[in-house]
Amino acid sequence: MKPRHKRLTLIVAGLAALGGAAAFVLNAFQSNLVFFYSPTQVAAHEAPAGKSFRIGGLVQTGSLQREADGITIRFAVTDTAHIVPVAYKGILPDLFKEGKGVVAQGQLGTDGVFQAKEVLAKHDENYMPPEAAEAVERAHKSVQQSQKTLVQ
Amino acid sequence: MELNIWRFASPQVIYPIAGRMVPVFMALAALFTLAGLYIAFFVAPTDFQQGESYRIIFIHVPAAWMSMLIYLVMAFWCAVGMIMNTRLSFMMALALAPTGAFMTFIALWTGALWGKPTWGTWWVWDARLTSELILLFLYVGFMSLHAAIDDVRRADRAAGLLALVGVVNVPIIYFSVQWWNTLHQGASVSLTRAPSMASTMLAGMLVMTIAAWMYGIAMSLMRLRTIVLEREADSDWVQELFASPACGAKA
Amino acid sequence: MNWGSAAEFFAMGGYATYVWGSYAVSVLVIVGELLLHGRRRRTCLRRLGRRVRPEKNPS
Repeated sequence: MKPRHKRLTLIVAGLAALGGAAAFVLNAFQSNLVFFYSPTQVAAHEAPAGKSFRIGGLVQTGSLQREADGITIRFAVTDTAHIVPVAYKGILPDLFKEGKGVVAQGQLGTDGVFQAKEVLAKHDENYMPPEAAEAVERAHKSVQQSQKTLVQ
Repeated sequence: MELNIWRFASPQVIYPIAGRMVPVFMALAALFTLAGLYIAFFVAPTDFQQGESYRIIFIHVPAAWMSMLIYLVMAFWCAVGMIMNTRLSFMMALALAPTGAFMTFIALWTGALWGKPTWGTWWVWDARLTSELILLFLYVGFMSLHAAIDDVRRADRAAGLLALVGVVNVPIIYFSVQWWNTLHQGASVSLTRAPSMASTMLAGMLVMTIAAWMYGIAMSLMRLRTIVLEREADSDWVQELFASPACGAKA
Repeated sequence: MNWGSAAEFFAMGGYATYVWGSYAVSVLVIVGELLLHGRRRRTCLRRLGRRVRPEKNPS
């Protein structure tokens, strides 16, 4: 084999390995590294039944309750289309808030309540000072207000 | 005339030029770091959700960006070396690898320290975190494979091939937050839309990023000079450089 | 200015361990990288010196 051909073979082999690695990694991510299922996927029975998995979505506003025993927490995870009720015993992360993102790991009970073993907060990529956040909130409310007035 | 560009592909020409550039880039790195840290702690306001913990962003994001960029540049030099057969290209790649690995480590470490108070966990196996960990393995693999093979030319080619195969991981890291469900949030700064950060926070992050660039350039040029000496020890110009004690001390 | 006092600055709103832990380790890594390279360079120069000088001044 001429050196030029040898180099070409090496490059082709390299590209093949590259493609193979890409396919392998993509496949691995797709099948095993689905980090969480959305409430819609849970409703469509796409999540593994009888096994531990993660659900992710927003904590529905107004759904957070603490039970009388003081440690059990109940809330609902929503993706605005479907809702999954969650029960959890333990400490919530600092950024756990109603209306914010959450990822919970556990099992779906037969009663349809997701029994969480671990609750993580999934925050968004927005960073701003508190005053700016308040201003955004106010603007949001006033838009809603004016929409209401318009409807009436 | 046409050979003028190729002159710069010679280690002998690059060695003194790099020597003059190192202090300049180190000074710039120090300057930008000081300015960046000032903005990060005294100008940028508290975040509305995360409070002061978000200030980790000023090292986390520049380090993470650098970890990916250095890998791309390293793979580029490996490709050049494999196609053009220039020995300096592989030296460039080797000079970049340790800095890339250190940046990856910083990104992972600061990420863990940021994840604990905000998400509630040090580590999860989501696509972003996992692919960044794979990047660290690729850097370490590149360096150890090169060190494992005695024949330098063969070592260059083998490690170069590994670097090129590993390039596929960089877009995976970058787009993981869009392609899959991850715990890691999306990008605050991207080419396609306005950044979702207050302007002083963004300024701090960008100044720290420039500082990281300057450091990366200074550090890799420094290491390049050492690698050149290690690998060209038998050449006439290195022998001459070290023949007179004065020059040897200066080098 | 974000901080009323030095103590407030070092407390980082209760996140001191995480924020200062991140910055401290980053500084350590960079200092470590510089030291490691310094050692590598000195070893290399020492080897070169041994290699070149003996033939130049055979004493």
